[in-house]
Amino acid sequence: MTVREEQTIIDVALENLTREVERVHADGYRLVQIGCTDLGGSYEVNYSFDKGYQFKNLRLTIGPEAEVPSISGIYWGAFVYENEMHDLFGIPVTGINIDFKGTFIKTVEKYPFSVTRKGGDSCRNA
Amino acid sequence: MPERIVVPFGPQHPVLPEPIHLDLVLEDETVVEAIPSIGYIHRGLERLIEKREFTEYVYVAERICGICSFMHALCYCQGIEEIMKIEVPDRAKYLRTIWSECSRLHSHLLWLGLFADGMGFENLFMRSWQLRESVLDVLEDTTGGRVIQGTCKVGGVRRDIGAEKLDEMHRALDPFEEQCRELGDIFLNDDTVKYRLQGLGVISKDEAYALGAVGPTARASGVAMDHRETGYAAYGDLGFKPVVETAGDCYARCAVRVKEIYASINLIRQAIDQMPEGPLDVKVKGTPDGEYFSRVEQPRGEVIHYLKGNGSKHLSRARIRTPTLANIPPLVKMLPGAQLADVPVVVLSIDPCISCTER
Amino acid sequence: MAFLKRSPWILHYDASSCNGCDIEVLACLTPLYDVERFGIINTGNPKHADILMITGGINEQNREVVRNIYEQMPEPKVVVAIGVCAATGGIFRECYNIVGGVDKVIPVDVYVPGCAARPEMIIDGVVTALSILEEKRAKMSGAAQMKDDARHAEQAGEST
Repeated sequence: MTVREEQTIIDVALENLTREVERVHADGYRLVQIGCTDLGGSYEVNYSFDKGYQFKNLRLTIGPEAEVPSISGIYWGAFVYENEMHDLFGIPVTGINIDFKGTFIKTVEKYPFSVTRKGGDSCRNA
Repeated sequence: MPERIVVPFGPQHPVLPEPIHLDLVLEDETVVEAIPSIGYIHRGLERLIEKREFTEYVYVAERICGICSFMHALCYCQGIEEIMKIEVPDRAKYLRTIWSECSRLHSHLLWLGLFADGMGFENLFMRSWQLRESVLDVLEDTTGGRVIQGTCKVGGVRRDIGAEKLDEMHRALDPFEEQCRELGDIFLNDDTVKYRLQGLGVISKDEAYALGAVGPTARASGVAMDHRETGYAAYGDLGFKPVVETAGDCYARCAVRVKEIYASINLIRQAIDQMPEGPLDVKVKGTPDGEYFSRVEQPRGEVIHYLKGNGSKHLSRARIRTPTLANIPPLVKMLPGAQLADVPVVVLSIDPCISCTER
Repeated sequence: MAFLKRSPWILHYDASSCNGCDIEVLACLTPLYDVERFGIINTGNPKHADILMITGGINEQNREVVRNIYEQMPEPKVVVAIGVCAATGGIFRECYNIVGGVDKVIPVDVYVPGCAARPEMIIDGVVTALSILEEKRAKMSGAAQMKDDARHAEQAGEST
């Protein structure tokens, strides 16, 4: 039996993020990944979920200085992606259940993917 | 209340070929908390897209991990092909399937060996790796490389496997399967192995799903999820069914992998039987413009390459989420309750591939 | 010590390689190549090791670990860099987190090329390392002999 994979992308606003994620969680989706893309001046954060090979993507577009609330209260395993997001992109994530405070992935160049903070050295999650 | 002590585990540790560090909080000999820290082999190869053209990045994608290298290349190529709407010829799809399954075979045999070594069953380790060499011989014979193959490219494959070689492979499969079954029999039925593994590092079905476990780690807990079911490459034609166990312990994770070896052998046999004739690749024109989340089932689970092109020769973003990263939260939940001496076995049971994880 | 010279103990460390070379190092120990029959053993303890095999280019977090392991090994010791990444950084040399070859951090005696290095080449590299190990040992015992002679001469001078 072959299942056709569908990919949907839904834009969400920052203030609705937790509510939307909760809804997806209630629908029985699992968290696949959280990934960021640098749009040159702002970030696009993709929260990807999957249920029975149906791929759902919540897309958040934020400015370089925005803080993102953690979804680790809803998906416990989200901490790996959120720490990664902070360490590589310098996006502050508030309220992660296991917060490594910038030591999850150590790099020479701080926040190598950041648009504004590249090379800065203060931990933004403290 | 017993005193708590913290034992650092890794990064250089005898049972781990790769560096990962865990801070284990112990009460007597029992783990109560495990905190992973990674980053020892973070290279930052996602940023190499700035320096490599999208067709050249396949070489980098292959070197994300030396064990599932073919699958990384496949995932990347399928992503680009989806964005550029390239239809890959059937023969290329079948060849990709054969090489993917060969990679899975060698990866699982490798893991079984390491796992046996982790349990202290040296003899079994040697036997698994001996069998693995015959898979590597086939890979070397057909692609030219033992661990890094370099045959997958955007738009198809680089090499063909001749009819004679396919025949030879087909004939070799039966004795190989027999040997694998002998080996698998020890893993599944030996009392010492069972005694060591059963009931260790248990994770329930709901927990595994909620924590986002993928691959054999999820399937051993009863989550029937295998991306090959979506029928990428030639899997759609081969009648594929995921291997599922329900116990959710280290023994179940081992059993899933042993049974997947048998399944892989079967898939290769079918792919050789049904191999279509035709060209190996199509010409790639233009540049990728668009985005796609490409997913492939690796030996360790589902891998994702998020690719975004802006119409130039260089992609604007490649984001790679590898199965081990998704399996770290389940691992953190598995460890509490285990004895210190069992920690290596539990860590190995998710088949950690750290160089994937950190990219 | 001479009877031990063909059976070095090996310590392997992965300094941000892609795994390809690591599994080939391990493959050397297993039945097809089987260097263990010569008494070459893969040890996990730097204090038991004669030869340090490093795969992959060094990254920032690894730097201290590699130096630490190297310093824990007893003299004489030989470092073998396996694969192009360990020699120059290889395909990853332009990555932001890669320092470059292993020789940027610790002295390297033997370079084994290849991506991934083949087991035959790794064994070749170890054999080359053996002769370097022997040289280093000879030099050390020569230096120790000279020290000893000097001490004896001094003692002889004192007694007369």
